[in-house]
Order: sequence, then structure tokens, then C-alpha cells
Amino acid sequence: MPLVKQGRITTDLFVHVADGAELPGDGAILISAARFLEDPEAILKRAGKTGVIWPNSRAVDDLVPYLDRLAAVALVFPTFRDGRAYSQARLLRERHGYEGELRATGQILRDQFVFMSRAGFDAFEVKKDADADAFAETMKRYSVFYQPTGDGRVTALNRRMQLRHSESAGQ
Amino acid sequence: MYAYDELDRTLINERVSEFRDQVKRRLSGELTEDEFKILRLQNGVYLQLHAYMFRVAIPYGTLSSMQLRRLAHVARRYDRGYGHFTTRQNIQYNWIKLAELPDALAELAEVGIHAMQTSGNNMRNVTSDQWAGVAPGEVEDPRIWSEILRQHTTLHPEFSFLPRKFKIAITASEHDRAAIKIHDIGLRLHKNADGETGFEVLVGGGLGRTPFIAKTIKPFVHGRDILSYVEAILRVYNQYGRRDNIYKARIKILVHELGIEKFAREVEEEWKLMGDVGLTLDHSAIEEVRSRFSYPAYEKLPHMPDELKQAAADPLFERWRKNSVAPHKVQGYSIVTLSLKPVGGPPGDATADQMDAVADLADKYSFGEIRVGHEQNLALPHVAKRDLPQLWRALDRLGLATPNVNLVTDIIACPGLDYCSLANARSIPIAQELTRRFANHDTADMIGRLHINISGCINACGHHHVGHIGILGVEKNGEEFYQITIGGRADENAQMGVLIGPAVPYAEVADVIEDIVEAYLALRDRPEELFVDTVKRLGVEPFKERVYATR
Ligand code: HEM
Ligand code: SF4
Repeated sequence: MPLVKQGRITTDLFVHVADGAELPGDGAILISAARFLEDPEAILKRAGKTGVIWPNSRAVDDLVPYLDRLAAVALVFPTFRDGRAYSQARLLRERHGYEGELRATGQILRDQFVFMSRAGFDAFEVKKDADADAFAETMKRYSVFYQPTGDGRVTALNRRMQLRHSESAGQ
Repeated sequence: MYAYDELDRTLINERVSEFRDQVKRRLSGELTEDEFKILRLQNGVYLQLHAYMFRVAIPYGTLSSMQLRRLAHVARRYDRGYGHFTTRQNIQYNWIKLAELPDALAELAEVGIHAMQTSGNNMRNVTSDQWAGVAPGEVEDPRIWSEILRQHTTLHPEFSFLPRKFKIAITASEHDRAAIKIHDIGLRLHKNADGETGFEVLVGGGLGRTPFIAKTIKPFVHGRDILSYVEAILRVYNQYGRRDNIYKARIKILVHELGIEKFAREVEEEWKLMGDVGLTLDHSAIEEVRSRFSYPAYEKLPHMPDELKQAAADPLFERWRKNSVAPHKVQGYSIVTLSLKPVGGPPGDATADQMDAVADLADKYSFGEIRVGHEQNLALPHVAKRDLPQLWRALDRLGLATPNVNLVTDIIACPGLDYCSLANARSIPIAQELTRRFANHDTADMIGRLHINISGCINACGHHHVGHIGILGVEKNGEEFYQITIGGRADENAQMGVLIGPAVPYAEVADVIEDIVEAYLALRDRPEELFVDTVKRLGVEPFKERVYATR
């Protein structure tokens, strides 16, 4: 599955390690939440980065104590209709200040990139290469946003108020 | 009226171009039907029995004459010359071609109309009182808040893929015309003891398979906090709302399963944790939105102009006036309801020619403004009383002066089996038959306010649960049967109707309704006692007896 980061197909540095499989001594790994929570401290002591795949049915609160030591959190879209991970993403970024890679995995349509990026995702495991190619174009589609999110884009309301302010200042 | 500015227009156009691209990818096969489905639904496009159905938003029910003309144009150019106004302040077209949809949307976008989120599992088009801004005694114009919410909920990055659809309705009047208690979130604008404006917030209402009346989750949320509070509700719902079963995925089920107290605690906690995330609306933000609503330059007019006094001699005019003309907050003006329920017609349908003509009348008599209400009627919100006789004559020529507003033939009905792929039974022909049975205005007048609501299946698009008389199509051994409920209502005292007994076959429905009405006439304790009040006083038994004794 192609991984899109910063608008380009990138090689995935993280190795998915299945639950039963042995952890490599070093290198970046991506493991399940269950595996991680069995012994987080031991895993975080490894040489190499740690990423966790967090299910969308579990509150992110349990992940919060480890966030500053995680290099990646992968949130899951079991179908492209299931939008729980959007809330998780915003909570991780905006409430808990998570700054590492936030990866969208599972079923993703390119038509959802804008929503995902606004919610805080910055890495996308897409289904088709064509989706990856379309990333840049898709992200340019919208120039107006109504809601404030942690992505820092200025909302329509704020733009209007700034405009009004500068108009009245200029009079 | 609210005027879209450059930013709103840009966003709508960007949406059209995105959808154009999505349709292109669907037609080329690049998108599967499964993938396309969620995308088209977010743009109001359904795949129905005969063709694609296209649902266009009329936010809080307000239209300019220019916009209505454009809706007429779309009906003519892309459909079969008519449109269907629904119970959710939108208009549906039933015969649209997929390949032409982007062009239709682009033409609508030119006049600030879109179809965003008229469908799909996101926050739907915010609805409100069709008399907003003109009803006497209103706290303030609820459309300002509807517009604030419209913007906030449009393409929301967190809530565009909710467990299910999500509907918000707002009222600012004592008398609730927006049916807020049967919405996922109902907002009632009022003032607290300090004179500050805020909302009573209700959650978990809805009809369909499992009907619920919304419960109050918080008696007062200050206006400045309404976005963050709504966001907190939605975040709790997005995380905990069921997704295993689409019939149980609505917020009403979550509220019911947790109990309102527990749900309220969850929301309160989320709301506190949320802190300041830029959602608080300070005074200038509210004023910014308010400033883009314009109001007519009303004249100073007499309360009772000569034209009206003269016209009162004509009993036909008087009948219509009593029925269709409501008081306005400004002296000398009225609100005029245009009935889209002619005898023998499908409720809510309007032809392109009628829409154009209404737009002209709005320009002439109503400062270019039209309203659409959930009863599937239109209204002209600012008509000078002196113009009422002329307006009436013009409406009469158009077939839009049927004096039956709120009477037994002002029937609300979904499309049923005539258009809808989910239907179990026909709705429109039942409505048509009933309008013929009760066509006599004197009888209808004598019966008084009586709302009949018809749905062709349990999804309740015709709001049958809250009809004073509700008719629900069900299927039995491949035949159309109808369950009848009575005593429902959708106003500030909203309540679900009660089933009166076994379902009856198609051919008997109109007779049964006649029986119920006759029973009411015999049972009411005075002519002013409304049908629903008689049912409330006596329960369903006497009606049941009357209907089933001879069947
Ligand atoms: C013909 C295409 C239509 C389809 C496929 C359709 C489908 C549905 C479905 C599946 C629901 C139930 C959703 C749920 O409870 O979760 C629903 C609800 C609803 N529909 Fe429709 N509908 C159609 C047309 C209409 C029309 C024409 C109207 C208005 C006349 C309408 C008004 C409503 C309303 C008000 C509800 C909400 C009932 C409630 O409060 O639960 N729909 N629709
Ligand atoms: S109530 Fe049923 S039949 Fe009627 S429009 Fe809704 S889904 Fe279709």
C-alpha cells in the first residue's frame, strides 16, 4: 500500500510487526495497541522508533501517557464510512499536543484527504497509486474553511472579521 | 435575507468542481458505486426507483425570488418541469441524469444554492421556523443562529462521516413551527433571567423505526457557546454512537441506551475538556453574521387598510384570508401561506411555471422573499395587507390559493411507492384521495385544524408518527396495508400518535379516515376543541370502536 507524506509517495520506514511475531532489536516498528500496552516501557526502551496502531473503538486516553515518546500513531478507518478516527485525530493533536506522525490507515478515499488533513493526519496509507498522485491536486481543492481546527487554517468568519477590521481602520 | 459573500460563493463553487470530478471518475469507472455512494449522498444525490433523485438545500427555508426562479429553471432544463418541496426545507427532483448533475449544481451555485449535506451521514441542512424574522413575539431571528450553524456544519472535518445522519432544528418562538422535538438536536432560543440570549438544548428526538421525543440536555447554553456545545454532543456521538447496526446508529438510540443523565454528563465532561478551541462566538462574530441579513424597508401602513375592508365582502376571499394569512410583527403586513395541496394533487409539488410565478409575486408583494415550511407549503413573508386581495386573485389563477392551510386536506406525504425505492406502499394516491373526500371547504372548516401525515414506510419521511392522524404504509403478503395512529403532534407539545388497531388495506384507508373524523365531530365537547385535544381527552378507544366495529 503506498504511503503518502507531504504530498509524495514515500517509503514506509516502519515495519509492521504482527502480534505474535518477534520484535526486531532496532529499527522503526508499528505494532498493535494491545501489544504495545502489554509492556509499553519495555517497548519504548528499544533502539528504534515506535509506532502504535490504535483502534477506533478505544478512547485515546490510554495512549496519552506515551505520546511524547511515540514516533507514529496509526488510526484506523475500517470502512470509509466509519469516521471515529477523525475525532481521535483531533483529540490527539489538539487536546493532547501529539506532534509525531499521524497516519490514516484502512479504507481511505482520496476525496477524504482534506477532511483528514484538517483533523490532523499527515500520513496516508492509500489504496491506489493514482490516489497518491492525486494528493496534491485534492488538497488544493478548497480555499475556504468554515470551522477552526488545529490545522491553523483561518476560518471564513475570521477572514471576514479581519477584512471588516482593516476596512474600518483604513477609513 | 442572508447574502452569500465571496467566501461562501467560492466554497460552493469549489464543491461543485469537486463533485464534477467525482461524477467524471464514476462515469469512467474509476470510482466504484460503493465508493461513489457516500460521495454523491453528501451532495444530495440518491439512486431511486426510476432515476437519480436530487435534493437541493433551502437553508432555514428562506429563498430569494432569483433563487426560486433558478429552482424552476433546473426543474425545466434538467427534470420534467416540476419539483417536490419536502418536510425538510429542501426541494427534490426525481428525474435527473447523473451526467448533467454537475451542470445543474453549477447553475444553482450562481445564485448561492447548493445541495451539500442534504443527505448522507453528516450534519444535514439546518432547519428552522419558516416564519423566522417575521413572526410576532419571536425572541430574535433564529436564522442568524441557523446560518452560524449552517456554516459550522458544512464540510466539517470531524463530523462528515458520523454513524448516521444528523439533523438540527431551531425555533425562537413560543409556538414551535420547526418541530424541534423530533430532531437529533433541537434548539429553542430564549432569554435567561439576565436577559442574555441562549438555547435550551434538546437531544435524541426522531421518528423512523424507533420514534423518540427529544429530551432536554441543558436548559440554557449561552449563544456564544452554542458551537462548542453542539461540537461536544457530536464528538460524544461520533465516538460512542453504534455503528454495528444502521437502525440503531442514530443519536436517539445512544441517548436512550445511556439515559439522558449519563449522556449529559459525557457531553458536559467533553465540553469542559474542550476549553477554548476558537469556537466561542464573541459579540463581533455574531454581529458579523447578523449584519449580512437584510430586512425589508417596511412602510408605515394602517392596521386595517380600505382594500382589505372592501374585499371582506367577498366570502371566497375571506375564507382564504382567514385560512392562509397570519399576523406579522410589523403593523400593516402579513405572512401569507401558499398551499401546495390542491384537491387531487401530490402534496408539495410545484411546477416550474408556478415557481416562476411565485417568484414574480414575491417581487411584487413580498420584497422578493419566499419561505418553505416543513408542511410542504410556501409562504410570502412580508405582504402589505392592502395587497392581499390582488395577491389572492393572482394566486387563485395559479392554483395556489386553496384555502386549506392546517385543515384536513393540508396533508403531509412522502413520495412513497411512486418514486421511492424503500417504500412499502403508496402515499401520494392516498393523499390525493383524501383531498377529494374532504374537498368541501365548509366541512373542512367545521372540522378545524387537523393534520394528516402519510409515510410509505417506517422511515417516516412523511412524519406520520406526529400527525394528528398518521398513516403508515406497510406490506402484508405483497399487498399495501396502512397502520393508522392518532393523537400525534409536532409542535411544542410534541407527542407520538397511538395506533388504533390492525392495519387496513389500501382501498379502505379513506373510509377509515372519514370514520375517525366523523367520530371526532360527534365526540368533541365544543366546536373549538381540536381533534388532537379530543383524542387526548378520550384516548383512542372511542375512535377504535368506531373504525373497527363494522370491519
Ligand atoms: C425518495 C427518496 C427518499 C428516500 C430514499 C428517503 C429515505 C429516508 C430514510 C432511510 C429515512 C430514515 C433514516 C433514519 O431514521 O435513520 C428518512 C427519514 C426522513 N426523511 Fe426521507 N427519504 C426520501 C424522501 C423524502 C422526502 C420526499 C421527504 C419529505 C417529504 C423526506 C423526509 C424525511 C424526514 C423528515 C425524515 C426523518 C424522519 C425522522 O425524524 O426520523 N424524505 N428518509
Ligand atoms: S417514508 Fe419510506 S417510502 Fe416514504 S420517502 Fe421515506 S423512505 Fe420512501
